[in-house]
Amino acid sequence: MNEERRDFLGMALGGVAGIGGIAALYAAKRTWDPLPSVLAAGFTTIDLSAAKENELHVDEWRGKPIFVLKKSADMAPNDRDVVVGNDRFHVSIGLCTHLGCIPAYNPGAKEFVCACHGGKFDTSGINTFGPPPSPLEIPPFSIDGTKLVLGEEGPEYLKMLEAGITA
Amino acid sequence: MAKFEKANSVGEWLDQRLAINKVKKVMAYEYWIPKDINFLWAMGMVLAVTFGLLLVSGIFLLMYYKPDTEMAFDSVNYTIMAEVGYGWLWRHIHAIGASFVFVIIYIHMFTGIYYGSYKRGREMIWITGMLLFVTFSAEAFSGYLLPWGQMSYWAGMVITNLFAGGGLEAHWLVEWIRGDYSPGDAMLTRFFMLHVLLLPLVIIALIGLHFASLRIPHVNNQEGEDFDFEEEAEKYKAGKKKESKVIPFQPVFLSKDLFVVGVYLLIFFYLVFYHYHFAIDPVNLDPADPLKTPPHIYPEWYFLWSYEILRPFSTNIGLIAFGFAQIAFFLLPFLDKSPNCKPAHKRGLFKIWFWVMLFDMIILTILGKLPPVTPFNEIGFVAAVVFILLFVTLPFITKREKAV
Repeated sequence: MNEERRDFLGMALGGVAGIGGIAALYAAKRTWDPLPSVLAAGFTTIDLSAAKENELHVDEWRGKPIFVLKKSADMAPNDRDVVVGNDRFHVSIGLCTHLGCIPAYNPGAKEFVCACHGGKFDTSGINTFGPPPSPLEIPPFSIDGTKLVLGEEGPEYLKMLEAGITA
Repeated sequence: MAKFEKANSVGEWLDQRLAINKVKKVMAYEYWIPKDINFLWAMGMVLAVTFGLLLVSGIFLLMYYKPDTEMAFDSVNYTIMAEVGYGWLWRHIHAIGASFVFVIIYIHMFTGIYYGSYKRGREMIWITGMLLFVTFSAEAFSGYLLPWGQMSYWAGMVITNLFAGGGLEAHWLVEWIRGDYSPGDAMLTRFFMLHVLLLPLVIIALIGLHFASLRIPHVNNQEGEDFDFEEEAEKYKAGKKKESKVIPFQPVFLSKDLFVVGVYLLIFFYLVFYHYHFAIDPVNLDPADPLKTPPHIYPEWYFLWSYEILRPFSTNIGLIAFGFAQIAFFLLPFLDKSPNCKPAHKRGLFKIWFWVMLFDMIILTILGKLPPVTPFNEIGFVAAVVFILLFVTLPFITKREKAV
């Protein structure tokens, strides 16, 4: 009969310790989560009117480089382009979709080349060579006159998202 | 309560309370090591000494290091290197030590493979050793981030991106590990915690387990000879030292061990004082810049072979190959189906397997540092495929082996 009481004590202890352990794991997981201030920060406004054709402008959004390339007439238009008035822009997160290095823009060959593993992208950010599995990712944006607000999902972005061409 | 008599010496006083004589006997004076070994058997002690050097130099580096993205770079490259008296000494020891831990781990590993020391009851020695290798890898990676130079930042970026799992697109996991969208203050501080506390604790615990796992199967010998340790120990204790196949750890084995450690330390400190540059990448002497990738990114030399297995494939296949490379060595005791626990030169095809594996890993290591262009891409592809095939074919090669 004493053994029964001991078993009960053992199970009670195990049960409480188990719940406590799971609760502690949850607390540990939440401690590793990004802070609310980190999540809340992060809208970047870029003025597109200053951009020059075939010249890469690099901005920063959420600690990541943002590529803005004003397309010249000889560059093929693409549904991924951001259209403001009569101008077409390629806007993307400037991190290679392979492992996140920053590709360099070669204005002569009109392509992006990643030095890490040799991946290449065309002026629409489409992967054309090497290990990158997908095109350069288009960040959420909205158009405000000639300004681009990154982090906001405007109708033009949502249209691209629906068409599945943002990444 | 136990009865205590008046002690006649400090030793006796301690022995009454802590049984130190018994402990010394069990741990050292009657811990038996085979006689038929060579200098490669000293690598365990060399590793323990190197870990000690890393621990001591790390403690001094901690006095001035600041885990903050604004201050980390200067605290290492200016404060510790230029201002702190002998700060450079600790940094050089820590950098050379990090490299040498891996030199010796690889020698220790390939010694184990060559002599079949992962077989016949020694599986747990091998597995705990591989766990140590993985934990040391995590320790090295987290430490590499701390100076917050260009290589620190971009190595942190590339390695954490691996956790997105390629086509699985697990960006949430990457952001969770970093605590931010990109490597930043949150990541630096948590990797600092991992590097100076959690991972060293795990390493110390694993070293204890690694030593404990040696206790029952005992240390292997050059011929893989299976003998009764207790019988041989009795011979030794009875004074038949020549006839006995074993020697006590202390003082006989340790004196030879320490000789090898002494030679090693001469080389180690020669490098610390005169050739430390190879362990400090010049690219990392530029502060981290999230908007500029260095033209060519490569890991430290000890990760190059597994990095090169990732590189020649498309993302998903590359990740699978990389994952395979990380666990393949763990499986060695179970992939080797041969009944023999003998050195490789007595095992026919396995001897060829061993040298091809060693050669292939050297090739992969060299290629990992070269830029990803023709013909290196093609050679890398072949070397990576050979690595995988070696593990796939091992059970078939060893199954056909005749018992020696």
